[in-house]
Amino acid sequence: IYDRAITVFSPDGHLFQVEYAQEAVKKGSTAVGIRGKDIVVLGVEKKSVAKLQEERTVRKICALDDHVCMAFAGLTADARIVINRARVECQSHRLTVEDPVTVEYITRHIATLKQRYTQSNGRRPFGISALIVGFDSDGTPRLYQTDPSGTYHAWKANAIGRSAKTVREFLEKNYTEESIATDNEAIKLAIKALLEVVQSGGKNIELAVIRRNQSLKLLESKEIETLVTEIEKEKEEEAEKKKQKKST
Amino acid sequence: MALASVLQSESVDFSNYGRQRHGFASGLYEAELGLESVGGDRLSFALSTSCSNGDGPDRKIEFLHGTTTLAFKFQHGVIVAVDSRATAGSYIASQTVKKVIEINPYLLGTMAGGAADCSFWERLLARQCRVYELRNKERISVAAASKLLANMVYQYKGMGLSMGTMVCGWDKTGPGLYYVDSEGNRVCGDLFAVGSGSMYAYGIVDSGLKQKDLTVEEACDLGRRAIYQATYRDAYSGGQVNLYHVHSEGWTRVSQSDVLMLHQQYQAEKA
Repeated sequence: IYDRAITVFSPDGHLFQVEYAQEAVKKGSTAVGIRGKDIVVLGVEKKSVAKLQEERTVRKICALDDHVCMAFAGLTADARIVINRARVECQSHRLTVEDPVTVEYITRHIATLKQRYTQSNGRRPFGISALIVGFDSDGTPRLYQTDPSGTYHAWKANAIGRSAKTVREFLEKNYTEESIATDNEAIKLAIKALLEVVQSGGKNIELAVIRRNQSLKLLESKEIETLVTEIEKEKEEEAEKKKQKKST
Repeated sequence: MALASVLQSESVDFSNYGRQRHGFASGLYEAELGLESVGGDRLSFALSTSCSNGDGPDRKIEFLHGTTTLAFKFQHGVIVAVDSRATAGSYIASQTVKKVIEINPYLLGTMAGGAADCSFWERLLARQCRVYELRNKERISVAAASKLLANMVYQYKGMGLSMGTMVCGWDKTGPGLYYVDSEGNRVCGDLFAVGSGSMYAYGIVDSGLKQKDLTVEEACDLGRRAIYQATYRDAYSGGQVNLYHVHSEGWTRVSQSDVLMLHQQYQAEKA
């Protein structure tokens, strides 16, 4: 059984297993990534947790090293494997090259790993897309996205998972130089993007940021609530202004 | 086995090294027991390597590295100076050996120990550095290059490799100088001299480096003088002094001076 490839070409040039993997990703909970000037933000939709379940064990944003982290959409179990390999590679790189990985390097490593599984005996592709963010040692912020086929691209802002299209369209309209001018603005943009598709607001959002020369910080639910309230206030103010304009 | 793995590392995940070492632990002992004594007439920079047969893993191989090579960092980069004599026992096999290996336009490696070992592994290093450049779209750092070399030869530790090299270059953190040898040592430093004539060379460079800011001219003269003095007293060093300067734009071959000419020159200066 083990010497037969599972991922083979179809007559019209498709790799169905890879495409099915991408379908699995589309079923996963939404994740959004934003590259600011001095900050990179990752936000994920938190699935509501069962009453008896401990919240802490359902973390979808993971640090790969001090200066890089990733969020994923798709099969959580597959993601665990990829994250583990990436973490080991980050340290391996530090050992042999005496330098931390660049975000591009570790993305490339993950993408190559994923591609290998689309061309191997008896193995199926990983059912995850990943958003990898971080800062290179020269201080440049980076955001990359990988998908089950093993390709990767750099983005200014992107979303993966359920309703990724809606979120991406929102980002295309609202990602401007202004909207990411400060750290706070970038974080709010991420929350706004997620609020488009997440039910019932701040409780179902998990947010993490990396600032230049600092490690990953997961925002507490209190902080998220505060920001959500700010956003809702701003929305109301906008709506008020529009009303006034119409009436005059 | 290790060589095949190094050559095959298509996915130069540096994680390859971890995997290979496990397969090695068993292979190592087999290799040691089967090692024959090294012949004395092998052309090398080493003296006759008399090593006793099959004493087991405790056996010490004395490689005397008949040569003088030195390198030191200074304000304007790194100076690399070497002699050019190769001996086989007390026979001078050549006076015109190139002991500086040009790994790439901004990295140099020096040779001491076994000529074949040095040139082979440093050429392999050149290949690896080039692949790194292509994959990562930036030059490899001197630290990483020296580490690649050290890790490559470490897989052969105890199997009779003889190599004492200095990896010199300039990267984005400035001038870089590392000493790497086949025992597995890898040391960063500002000054190294390797070979049978190294003690004489150290004497000259140590006294000349007292003043902090050397000009390029002064540093070159110092390196040249150090090698000359070593060839004067050490029988296994001689020939010409090959001098290189590594700076931010890469390395430049400064000069090649015959030791006997230098002798005339220095004598005249004394008078």
